[in-house]
Amino acid sequence: MSLLQIENLSLSIHGAEILKQVSLSITPGQIVAVTGESGSGKSMTALAVMQLLPNGAQAQGAVRLEGQDLLNRPEAETCALRGASIGMVFQEPMTALNPVKTIGDQVMETILIHKALPLPQARERAQGVLTRVGLPPDRFPLSRYPHELSGGQRQRVVIAMAIALRPKLLIADEPTTALDVTTQAQILDLLKGLVREYGMGLLMITHDLAVVADMADQIVVMRHGEVVENGATAHLLRNMQHPYTRMLFEASGHQVSRPRATDPRPLLEVTQVTRDYRLPRKGLFGTPGHHRAVDEVSFTLNKGERLGLVGESGCGKSTLTRAIIGLEEVQSGDIRLDGQPVFSDHRPNPVVRRKMQVVFQDPYGSFNPRHRVARLITEPFHLLETPPTGSDRQDRIAEMLTAVGLGPDDAGKYIHEFSGGQRQRIAIARALIIRPELILFDEAVSALDVSVRAQILDLLAELCEAYDLTYLFISHDLSVVRTITDRVMVMQAGRIVEQGETEQVFTNPQHSYTQTLIEAAPVLPDIGMSVA
Amino acid sequence: MLRYALKRLISLLISLAVASVVIFAVIEVAPGDPASFMLGVNAQEDTLAALRAELGLDVSKAQRYFNWVGGMLVGDFGTSYTYRTPVSQMITDRMWVSLPLALYALTLSTVIAFPAGIYAAARRGKPGDLTVMGATQLGIAVPNFWFAMMLVLIFAINLRWFNAGGFAGWDKGFWTGVHSLTLPAIALALPQAAILARVMRSSLLDILGEDFMRTARAKGLSRRQALWRHGVRNALIPVLTIIGLQFSFLLAGSIIIEQVFYLPGLGRLVFQAISARDLIVVESVVMLLVFAVITVNFIVDLAYAAVDPRLRSRT
Amino acid sequence: MSRNLILGAALSSLVLLAALVSFVWTPYDYAALDIPNKLQPPNVRHWFGTDHFGRDMFSMIMVGARTSIAVALVAVGIGMALGVPLGLTAAARKGSWLDEVIMRGNDLVFAFPSLVIAILITAVFGAGAINAIIAIGIFNIPVFARITRGAALSLWEREFILAARVSGKGAARISAEHILPNVANLLIVQGTIQFSLGILAEAGLSYVGLGAQPPTPSWGRMLADAQTMVSFAPHLALIPGLAIIVTVLGLNLLGDGLRDWLDPRIRVARA
Repeated sequence: MSLLQIENLSLSIHGAEILKQVSLSITPGQIVAVTGESGSGKSMTALAVMQLLPNGAQAQGAVRLEGQDLLNRPEAETCALRGASIGMVFQEPMTALNPVKTIGDQVMETILIHKALPLPQARERAQGVLTRVGLPPDRFPLSRYPHELSGGQRQRVVIAMAIALRPKLLIADEPTTALDVTTQAQILDLLKGLVREYGMGLLMITHDLAVVADMADQIVVMRHGEVVENGATAHLLRNMQHPYTRMLFEASGHQVSRPRATDPRPLLEVTQVTRDYRLPRKGLFGTPGHHRAVDEVSFTLNKGERLGLVGESGCGKSTLTRAIIGLEEVQSGDIRLDGQPVFSDHRPNPVVRRKMQVVFQDPYGSFNPRHRVARLITEPFHLLETPPTGSDRQDRIAEMLTAVGLGPDDAGKYIHEFSGGQRQRIAIARALIIRPELILFDEAVSALDVSVRAQILDLLAELCEAYDLTYLFISHDLSVVRTITDRVMVMQAGRIVEQGETEQVFTNPQHSYTQTLIEAAPVLPDIGMSVA
Repeated sequence: MLRYALKRLISLLISLAVASVVIFAVIEVAPGDPASFMLGVNAQEDTLAALRAELGLDVSKAQRYFNWVGGMLVGDFGTSYTYRTPVSQMITDRMWVSLPLALYALTLSTVIAFPAGIYAAARRGKPGDLTVMGATQLGIAVPNFWFAMMLVLIFAINLRWFNAGGFAGWDKGFWTGVHSLTLPAIALALPQAAILARVMRSSLLDILGEDFMRTARAKGLSRRQALWRHGVRNALIPVLTIIGLQFSFLLAGSIIIEQVFYLPGLGRLVFQAISARDLIVVESVVMLLVFAVITVNFIVDLAYAAVDPRLRSRT
Repeated sequence: MSRNLILGAALSSLVLLAALVSFVWTPYDYAALDIPNKLQPPNVRHWFGTDHFGRDMFSMIMVGARTSIAVALVAVGIGMALGVPLGLTAAARKGSWLDEVIMRGNDLVFAFPSLVIAILITAVFGAGAINAIIAIGIFNIPVFARITRGAALSLWEREFILAARVSGKGAARISAEHILPNVANLLIVQGTIQFSLGILAEAGLSYVGLGAQPPTPSWGRMLADAQTMVSFAPHLALIPGLAIIVTVLGLNLLGDGLRDWLDPRIRVARA
């Protein structure tokens, strides 16, 4: 008999249809991955099982745990199930724990609230599960507060809370999306091990198809609240029935081809750059410490070259980016573009600024919501001594919008009228409009769904052709960097530990950290499809 | 924790020092010479000089400032120009009315506001919430001194449960004193309670939307259990700020309320001093009020650390 | 448009209208004494009754609205005119000594409740409406500085501000072009709340004699005059009190309604 059975589940929130006739089932010890792009309803499916739906939600159909209906039972009985029979792990470990309670109290609460054990044994059990998830009490005492732990450690605490009573079903909603790739690999291993050890069913919600292919016994693909395909992993990967599933897998492993650099002379020269941040004083009379965010970094970027910079969060890549575009001055070392320093006399050098632009990550935060597109994309004209006016200006706007795949008519619209992918196109238009020598892409496709990401990558390849772009592409996503750059640098703890031809680095990494990174990154299975 | 407390303490001392300079400077701007004001226009030059010496007015401004501050540090607030009695004596007597009144009101306001705010947040959008919110909306709009007059009209004049004014004094027994401060305390507390209840509610509603509340529910806590075990303590952090601010409003408010109830507190003292141009009294009372406000905010800062471990661990 | 917004706008406009009409028309001369008709309860001739000098309460309330609104409005203006630039500057120079000085200065002013400022000013310069305005205005400065800084700080972290910086724009230009328009809604809402607090503060100051001086009618002083007569002429205390409540309630509802209408995420400081 199946452990969890969802049959024809439909859900509407304040009248808006969220789920349509969703059906899936999980048997004990099985990992079922539900995947899809944003708006597919995958998280709502998980919340419906937990019965933690937002106000105004109306569910129809059936959700059964070991034959018992979950949808129409009194709240008190549902509370008795949650935490005891069904555990849940959420996406954001940084906010999923109560900041004012110790981790021990929070893990013990699962046990105590269900009156499963008296206090002393509950404490023992909490120590036991925390040890099981990799936080042994001799190194991580129960009296620790969440803010004293890293993101990965917090996610382990959340997992410990979810499994403290050995539930039959564990639901994990994007459990590793907020984590670095090496941490992600550890958490995924932990989840797999727990499923095997406890014989739990695992309902895993994730957008990452590589993770799906790696973890799941069964894959459920959703789009717009409907299940479009559902099958055993090996079988489904070999014969995908639905075109949407094919498109998703294709887009996830999307490859683009770029023209070779034409004129390889040095454009950006970074020499021995170091940036320190002061830390708060330790103790009452201690000397203030320093955090070296960027440590003696040197590299050269040639004209026409596409350079990647990869590394995990906190490795210093953002600080380096800010130093290159002249937002922050470095303490020592030298950054030059076309032979001229980015900072002169502690001021950003306007001549250099004119030659550089940036595309940021967040398609929603990159634009002033009160300005129209024409004003938004012409903001860099401020850098020019004689900005184009009148019809010149109109022509430039129209040209840029057309170049990024939008229309001249879009110039009069406000930013909220565009989707995330369109906004990223507008951000590229803004960066291109003054024809900079160098563009920095700072995690520029990280917030996008895979299908949109593939389109933006195509656009970049086209623009490379049309405008002979030179760029520095900063990202944590190895697969994207691999297809979009000629050369790549790997950054760890403020240092560049390896750099070289992209293919060379990926196929034959030299530094142990690079090897760990590539090892940890889940890989899409070769599904024998032709590369588009 | 120690470092945090020390940092706040240093900031407290700096604030006090700057505040004293500001108050002294403002009073210095006052036109006229207190000695000639006290003795009238026809006073002899040597009598004036003698009085100036007696009042400590015959030295440089900087010297006077340090005399004033130095005196306050050892409890000597100078001599009243009008009554020729030590200001510290006058202040101490009045303090025993004003301070208990403010604390009484703060307690009342907190005791009323916390349950009301929590209740409203727990029943968001339901009739109970709407009733509390409507009442607080009205409470914020009511001037406390007018509310005080209405209380007098109803409970003192018509029902005769309380005296319309005056203060029995603490020597007639604790409860007699509390009884005569009850109407003023209610008048002060209710409008502040309305504000505090709203802050409590909105702060709690913010917390209810946090991820860790959902985590708590996923563990099997009921809505009510999650609210009490995880919501309330987190919601207290912004509420503490408001309580700190409210203390200064209650002190200031008590100055006005004392007028309605004819209470012999700091408020009456300061108004008498203003009309008599007894600036040394005004100066000292204002300094004392500012001292109280700054100190309470210091205590609130320490209370933050007690509630929020993230502050404590910043060594 | 919510019910709050409509009700709040209606009550506020009613009071504003009364204040404006009072410039050209009042039922009686607000200062005219009529001792034989003193202490009349509300009736057909005197809608709000008469005071102990036989003056028409309705006319006095209308003219009093003028005083209240003028004092509170100018005080909010002072607070905004000085507080907003200070807040923008502090945010633009976050962490610098300038930010530190501005914020410490704010804390210091917060230690002086507006009544204490009024007491100081009155002790030195004497009582009057102008001094009441200054006292309430000074107190408003840190309120606006603080909320402007708070909102501006989170905007400075946004990527569109980074984009503007990459486009070579300086802090002053970014503050004016990107920050200010995006905190305007917040300032409007907070301004409404401070306006209502200003009305309350003015009434309090006038009540203790630190506000507008006779013969200028003011609601607070009408209440002070009524205090001794409250047992036999309660309407003298009821009517100015209700006028204050209606005004403050109207402005608060308007503020809440504007917030919900403009941007429900705005957080208002209310103290």
